[in-house]
Amino acid sequence: MNVQAKTWVSIGPLTEIPRQGARCVKNGDMSIAVFRTSQDQVFALEDKCPHKNGPLSQGIVHDGCVTCPLHNWVISLETGAAQGADVGQTATFEIKIKDGIVLLAL
Amino acid sequence: MSKKHLVIVGNGMAPGRMLEHLFEVTDAYDVTIFNAEPRVNYDRIMLSPVLSGEKTYADIIIHGEGWYEEHGITLHQGEKITEIHRNERKVLSEAGREVAYDKLVIATGSNPFIIPLPGHDLPGVLAYRDLDDTGAMIDASDKGGRAVVIGGGLLGLEAAAGLKQRGMEVTVIHLMPTLMERQLDTAAGYLLQRELEGRGIEVLCEANTKQILGKDRVEGVELADGRVIDASLVVMAVGIRPNVQLAQEAGLEINRGIVTDATMKTSDPNIYSVGECVEVGGLVYGLVAPLYRMAKVAADHLAGASEMAFAHAETPTKLKVTGCDLYSVGDFAEGDGREDIVLRDAMRGTYKRVILKDNKIIGAVLYGDVADGGWYNELLKSGEDISEMRETLIFGQAYQGGAGADPLAAVANLADDAEICGCNGITKGTIMAAIQAKGLTTLADVRAHTKASASCGTCTGLVENVMALTLGDAFQLPASEGMCPCTPHSHGHVRRLIKAKGLKSIPAVMQALEWTTPEGCAKCRPALNYYLVADWPGVYVDDQQSRFINERVHANIQKDGTYSVVPRMFGGITTPDELRAIADVADKYEIPTVKVTGGQRIDLLGVKKEDLIPVWADLNAAGMISGAAYAKGLRTVKTCVGSDWCRFGTQDSTGLGIKLEHYLWGAWTPAKLKLAVSGCPRNCAESTCKDIGIVCVDSGYEVLYGGAAGLHIQGTTKLGTVPSEEDVIEVVGALTQYYRETGFYLERIYKWADRLGYDHIREVILDDLDQRKAYNARFAYAQSFAQVDPWAEFVSGKDAHEFNPINIRKLEAAE
Repeated sequence: MNVQAKTWVSIGPLTEIPRQGARCVKNGDMSIAVFRTSQDQVFALEDKCPHKNGPLSQGIVHDGCVTCPLHNWVISLETGAAQGADVGQTATFEIKIKDGIVLLAL
Repeated sequence: MSKKHLVIVGNGMAPGRMLEHLFEVTDAYDVTIFNAEPRVNYDRIMLSPVLSGEKTYADIIIHGEGWYEEHGITLHQGEKITEIHRNERKVLSEAGREVAYDKLVIATGSNPFIIPLPGHDLPGVLAYRDLDDTGAMIDASDKGGRAVVIGGGLLGLEAAAGLKQRGMEVTVIHLMPTLMERQLDTAAGYLLQRELEGRGIEVLCEANTKQILGKDRVEGVELADGRVIDASLVVMAVGIRPNVQLAQEAGLEINRGIVTDATMKTSDPNIYSVGECVEVGGLVYGLVAPLYRMAKVAADHLAGASEMAFAHAETPTKLKVTGCDLYSVGDFAEGDGREDIVLRDAMRGTYKRVILKDNKIIGAVLYGDVADGGWYNELLKSGEDISEMRETLIFGQAYQGGAGADPLAAVANLADDAEICGCNGITKGTIMAAIQAKGLTTLADVRAHTKASASCGTCTGLVENVMALTLGDAFQLPASEGMCPCTPHSHGHVRRLIKAKGLKSIPAVMQALEWTTPEGCAKCRPALNYYLVADWPGVYVDDQQSRFINERVHANIQKDGTYSVVPRMFGGITTPDELRAIADVADKYEIPTVKVTGGQRIDLLGVKKEDLIPVWADLNAAGMISGAAYAKGLRTVKTCVGSDWCRFGTQDSTGLGIKLEHYLWGAWTPAKLKLAVSGCPRNCAESTCKDIGIVCVDSGYEVLYGGAAGLHIQGTTKLGTVPSEEDVIEVVGALTQYYRETGFYLERIYKWADRLGYDHIREVILDDLDQRKAYNARFAYAQSFAQVDPWAEFVSGKDAHEFNPINIRKLEAAE
């Protein structure tokens, strides 16, 4: 078996992401949505709603969650889990900020 | 045995406190202090009261000359250490003095961060760090004029308030959208801004300083957006940097600060460090409480073998501006499994928010009423399970009456003559008497009989509590009719209150109407954004993050995440040139589907997000603008060919449709708005199932509205017949504006008309000529701000972040 160490990848300055908004990172074929909350926390989720693969990066960000633009599922930014009665989970990625630069663990 | 020699570099509050602890437990050391500042140890936290004139330097001295003598300390004031020779255990001062040490403590503190803007070195540009800065600010304020403070954090705001108190005009420039964003959430930041503005301090948020202007000294500040603010004084308070230079040159381990272990020892076992220059446990500190804890730990270890270790603890933040009461502690950012309890009191202007996780307090933000800050901090530190007092937690310690505290206690404790409904002056006693005398059981009954909560409605919750108290179990709280779970207020209430209270921002609405969540949800935010756009044209700045994606990027998201693009074709008329441009775009960007829409235009489906801007640029170049096919706003005006071509046509329906679309495009409405103009009653443009439809007849124009042809099918109702095209345009403008001002978000015009009544609408819009003209005038005014092509704005570079990935990683092919 092949164990791959995670690497921290610099994706750009925090200020490039709008507050209560998101930007995408293209990682090969996968798109990863990087969210910034009104309190400047950052979270990274695969840009795919567990419901019908809606681009979560395009949703409205509120109180630690994002509402999917396609069918209004509410997804937790921290765990990727669907909230309320909906069931499903989106992959999450570790992320941190160092000196104003956002680093993503891939 | 001779004493060991302790040398300290720096004479601030942390080493001062460290020495106090040290002298309590041992006299093993001879102490020498080098201080770059020519002063004894004073309380830097109290610089703000010195600036505002509430205290003097003498008031804030911690250790006078006598203290140093008493403890036999050698103090070299105004003498900087330039080198540390670790091998020889010696320090060298700039005056050439060489002193040997057994133990060395580095307490060089921090330096203010000066943004290297053009002009930052002009006379009149100051940091706010020590007594010299404070003195310079006081001198400058004596000359009057305007001070610009760059930085809306703790220090910047204290400087601003102090300078204002000294009689200067003050402008605060802050890069972020809300003040003190690291210590306060958006809601509390808004209240703070309002308070400061009430004192005459101008606050500019999201303002980026481009340069400081002036020839021989500072004359003003220029912002990135071109605004120029005259200034005779500029204070930079944008943050501090640990002062690590000396330690770095000595080869100690440095990261953001001087790295120490939990005993405050640096990478050299004979050198300790305390204060703002230290990085311990990966964190650097700027508030005094943790610095004093460092001092205690370092003293203990200098005194001998010790178990004491520095541990991180949340430190509450307070602002030292008289009359601005705010308190924040812990973690108040968002996260999973966290719950907020929010209490807003619009009358008193207070905001309280407690953040819970696993039934424990992890943070609190208080504004206006900070009495319980210490109590919340105690609960946070102790990690106590608060589930027992959850219901009453937010009211504070006074309401914790032992087991099973009653959430109605606050209301029960009110006297009978306490006013519940401020609008109508209704007391608790009056409501209780009416409930008992008349056997009232519902809120509607109470409103009808007492008028309590019948006006603005902010007291509805209180009235319900009085009802619950009076009726006991017989009263069941009604299911919320609120616009979303964030508020008990209905759309109607919210709309009325926005106007009545002059609320002009989303945080203002949330505070005044006592929202129960910190920043709303995906239901209420778009609604509030629309109401504010509609009610305050030219004043309110559209909040893009409160719009759904389609309206944010001005295109329609499709199920696979691509977008569709629809250029506007006024009245459904196009030209060969436009068609060629559309065909070229479809070829160039490999757009898979080109479809003719029901609204008489062309839809390009399957456009990749990163292609949107070039597609729009090409369409713009051919003279086309956004068709707003995504908008809760004007969509299309469909027409038939009318008297130009049709043998039955009675009027120029195409021409009128084009005029209407030119008048209406760009307007935001509660829900989408589709029009049609038919040239005769045969109705080829299907006017009779549109939101607003016009049917041309020989004698003039029938104006119809309230049709629906979606999930629900309904024919239009006639508003009336008018004689001329000008009348049609005026009536349609007035009708649209009345709908814009009174409609609920996502309420189509037929539902709105059902709610208001068709007769009533006709009386206002058709029969009453004055009102018709007034509504139409307001519409025209709003349009003067709304008719901006969003595509052109994006093409010229606005919000470029919306359209491109922040980062693209090409994966190497795996072997």
